[in-house]
Amino acid sequence: MPVAGLLKRGQLDVLIQTLRARGYRVVGPRVKGGAIVYDEVSRADELPVGLVSVQQPGRYRLEDSANGRLFDYVHGPESLKRFLFAPQETLWTVAQNGEVSFKETLPEQRPLAVIGARACDLAGMEVQDRTFLKSQYNDFSDPYYATRRENLFIVAVNCTRSAATCFCASMNTGPRAREGYDIALTELEDSFLVEAGSAAGAAVLAELPLQPAREMETTQAAQAIEAAARSQTRRLDTTDIQALLFNNLEHPRWDDVAERCLSCANCTMVCPTCFCHRETDVASLDGKQSEHQRQWDSCFTLEHSYIHGAQIRPQIRQRYRQWLTHKLASWIEQFGVSGCVGCGRCITWCPTGIDLIEEVNAIRAQPEAKT
Amino acid sequence: MNAVAWPPNPYLPQAAQVVERVEEGRDIFTLRLRLRDAEARAAYRFQPGQFNMLYLSGAGEVAISIVSDPDDPQLIDHTIRAAGRVTQGLQRLKAGDTLGLRGPFGRGWPVEAARGRSLLLITGGLGCAPTTSMIHYALQRRGLYGAITLCHGVKHPADLIYGERIQSWCAAPDTQVLLTADKGAPEWRGRVGQVTQTLEDVDPALFKGVAMMCGPEPMMRAVAENLLRRGMAPADIYLSMERNMHCAVGHCGHCMFGGKFICKDGPVFSYAEVRALLAVKGF
Repeated sequence: MPVAGLLKRGQLDVLIQTLRARGYRVVGPRVKGGAIVYDEVSRADELPVGLVSVQQPGRYRLEDSANGRLFDYVHGPESLKRFLFAPQETLWTVAQNGEVSFKETLPEQRPLAVIGARACDLAGMEVQDRTFLKSQYNDFSDPYYATRRENLFIVAVNCTRSAATCFCASMNTGPRAREGYDIALTELEDSFLVEAGSAAGAAVLAELPLQPAREMETTQAAQAIEAAARSQTRRLDTTDIQALLFNNLEHPRWDDVAERCLSCANCTMVCPTCFCHRETDVASLDGKQSEHQRQWDSCFTLEHSYIHGAQIRPQIRQRYRQWLTHKLASWIEQFGVSGCVGCGRCITWCPTGIDLIEEVNAIRAQPEAKT
Repeated sequence: MNAVAWPPNPYLPQAAQVVERVEEGRDIFTLRLRLRDAEARAAYRFQPGQFNMLYLSGAGEVAISIVSDPDDPQLIDHTIRAAGRVTQGLQRLKAGDTLGLRGPFGRGWPVEAARGRSLLLITGGLGCAPTTSMIHYALQRRGLYGAITLCHGVKHPADLIYGERIQSWCAAPDTQVLLTADKGAPEWRGRVGQVTQTLEDVDPALFKGVAMMCGPEPMMRAVAENLLRRGMAPADIYLSMERNMHCAVGHCGHCMFGGKFICKDGPVFSYAEVRALLAVKGF
């Protein structure tokens, strides 16, 4: 998509008001509990200014950047996932009054605009599309996901900084947003370079007070994104990763990581692609009605593999192995793409700082002799 | 997989009525179900080896294989063991009661690939249920398949279900039933021992056919490895697998087995597809 122009930082509010006038509920980055999360935004001056996130395995801190930028924070624990695949929702209700009748409870058709999605988040969404939308990989569309997907407007931000846990460059998913956005912003000294990624995005941009972008600004933007990519020190080597992991299912490293893993499921909750969910019934006290709900589940829970009174994966070693082999290897078999987009959230938000790249590297360094 | 017009929401069950309930054994029963909606009923088709999700109001859903004849898709039989919360609730249903049904799901037995070949069915415990619709299918189309042999093992003679059906299969043309129980009992006329031992009594020519198995995984592995030693190819051995299932359409992640989803890529797999991972605990 061609560059549409420059938007002064002080005029970002026009974008928010334009979206609101078009009927969008607008969410953007806010600070809560010491981290950047997405929340409702009604004015640009509600957005946090001058923050960076300092991320390390098992560590996340917001610090002052000593500049006036809005998007240097890179990312928080949330991706786009919860806006499409709800953490908890009622799928249908059933009433029993002599007759039994089922009624689906689809989400309302309410347009939502998200400001601040990163390239890894868009990549994560494209990965989840393959799970929840009908395609060559999947026979059935999930109407709940599909409804929200149709109503989502994305204002992406090309990263001009990376966190220390980021490795999107090695996964070829970022730091520049490639597709799936309606508008993409690249933050410069006191303005944003603005691009449209869809007809809907172009229509919104037509209402903004854009100035023409000069070559100097487009070059600056490209260099800043390139610098963010170069600054990434983590790289995931995915060479023959399916064979590597499945040929090493009894590798001692699985025991080693099981000593450190709390099986808390944080990694799966912050992962933009993890799609496991459980379905449960919440019955009314008189037993005449029931809500059939689903909520995010995790392969790190003991119940995930429950069958006939026992668990298939009673050991943490087996559950970590299930997660990692699925994320990096089985996913390719299932959906033609890795389940990892390189956002690094599972590393940052792991309470014991487990780094999946280190785990893969340890196996790669000393693979088991294949018998 | 089939030409059924699926409702736009694959998660939403349809109302089905219990037409008949048959007591099969201790805590084992068969529910014969009929979809309420005439249009849905007319459109419903299934293949042997596929399963439905049965929903009990307020309790939840459970995956149950279809045991009845695909030629009569308006009456859908499910043989169930009351083992968990939902199945214990289903146990209390009577004729006339209503429940929810979604399906059919999954890839069933290889009815086309097995054409013209002999069928060796090896089952353990309630594992005989998913293979039952295959036996019916083949007996209805007797000319399409070679000899049919059922090797069925139970823990105890009292666990044997489908007694009358098995009797009728024994009388069918070119059909043999070999029964075994881990422990014997008075009046037990089958073998005493593991189901693998019944393979000793099978005509070696039948190992050139297609094998179909259902039962506990250790049993299926032992049988499959035994069949390989008898010269069968992994691609000619099929087995029906089970895992925790919530959605049945490959969205919820519970039934994953390596890169396979049991619900949509299975539940029937060739041994070639699953042999390596079946040898690893925890998948």
